[in-house]
Amino acid sequence: MADVAVKKKEGGIQFGKNEKKLLTDPLNDNNPITVQVLGICSALAVTTLMNKALVMSIAVIFVLALSNLFTSLLRNAIPKQVRMIVQLVIIATLVTVVELGLKAIDYNVYKELSVFIGLIITNCIIMGRLEAFAMANSPWRSFLDGIGNGIGYGIILIIVAFFRELLGKGTVFGWKVIGTTPDYLINTTDSFLFGWYENNNLMVLFPSAMFVIGILIWVHRGIINKNLVDVS
Amino acid sequence: MHSTNYIIKFVLILTTIVAVVLSLMSTGLKPIHDQNEAVYNKSAILSAISSEIGDKFATLTSEDIDAIFDKDVKQMIIDMEGNIVKSEELANMGYKQDVTAESLDMEKEMKKPEKDRLLPLYKYTAPSGDLYYIVSVRGKGLWDAIWGNIAIRSDITTIAGVSFDHKAETPGLGAEIKDSKAFQEQFKGKKIYDDQGKYTSVAVIKGGAKDPEHEVDGISGATITADGVTEMMWRGIAYYKPYLNELKK
Repeated sequence: MADVAVKKKEGGIQFGKNEKKLLTDPLNDNNPITVQVLGICSALAVTTLMNKALVMSIAVIFVLALSNLFTSLLRNAIPKQVRMIVQLVIIATLVTVVELGLKAIDYNVYKELSVFIGLIITNCIIMGRLEAFAMANSPWRSFLDGIGNGIGYGIILIIVAFFRELLGKGTVFGWKVIGTTPDYLINTTDSFLFGWYENNNLMVLFPSAMFVIGILIWVHRGIINKNLVDVS
Repeated sequence: MHSTNYIIKFVLILTTIVAVVLSLMSTGLKPIHDQNEAVYNKSAILSAISSEIGDKFATLTSEDIDAIFDKDVKQMIIDMEGNIVKSEELANMGYKQDVTAESLDMEKEMKKPEKDRLLPLYKYTAPSGDLYYIVSVRGKGLWDAIWGNIAIRSDITTIAGVSFDHKAETPGLGAEIKDSKAFQEQFKGKKIYDDQGKYTSVAVIKGGAKDPEHEVDGISGATITADGVTEMMWRGIAYYKPYLNELKK
């Protein structure tokens, strides 16, 4: 449980170096997907399009930050015997709130994401952070940790979605980049350099996400920063 | 260590708070949810004749869609014999007072015995004055349900457009029935009756269509879903035959 803060400055909301670390660590050194290797499942499913990945990331940041906050507020009151069940109740409630809210705010996106919002409940990152951090840290720090890990998750999701959407459909966030009709930026029908290019249909299917994430983990931990070790 | 008493009290209080919060949110947002769903369904129906609405179809707002529906679309509910069912009769059959064609639950209807089913029918008057009939069909894809709307011209034979949707088809394969505009475009101009007036519907053919009037190309890698579409259209449009035959006269 080395994630527990060593110097606990209980009481008060401050934003010093420690707090900043909570937000920046999960982006790089302690990234939930590439370093902690959590939450892979949803990264396979919703990364077919970048806008789906973005909505999912926002939803996860919301659920992670608030469930971290509530769990931390209740951490001394939760009976040990029902600890995990209570955590699940908190997560499930927040995910339902997100679902109901999304259904009202943007029905089209809600329809597109269908079951995947509900599956946030099973996302290991959330349970993982609640157990590793929120149960032993103050509410403000837990909240920041939630936001940090959520953003770290979101960054990886958007990177994976970028490659899958570009190579699988030829678009970036819906912007037509490479394709066979003139309204694409690069028209492969009469292009000299790219005439051979065809959309890679494998990128639209789930296995491609496994490849891309695997390559990302390798690049992050094998090339960018060889010293990264999962410390939680 | 907490006592058993404490655990029980904690769990009860937590459950009550959570239940209250969620039910309040759910009932409070229900009107918005229902309205969003209605607009979504209407948009799917109008999508079948999107070519008549023109380029602005892509940018229609919810208010626009409601306006078009109120002004240009006549909603009718018909039974399996081709008779229009009036609202009074609907109430007797156990439906809600204000049920409209668009709010009919096709999933529920398909589960009833064939003779008891009610079907939605939409008559759309385009800005050009042309008349279109839009029917709703429902079938089974590879993994789960598929459904769609077929727009038929006033000659009751030529298809003006289609829109398809699905519950769980594979993205890039079966899901192309919804995502691929090119696939849906193929149906425009196809005929559901042949020259002798015999019902043929339109079939999705793996390997390429041979008959230019009654067949369209399949989707590579999505044979079962495509077959599902063929079956859905054959059976689904046939349900409307009694009514359509009356119109043809």
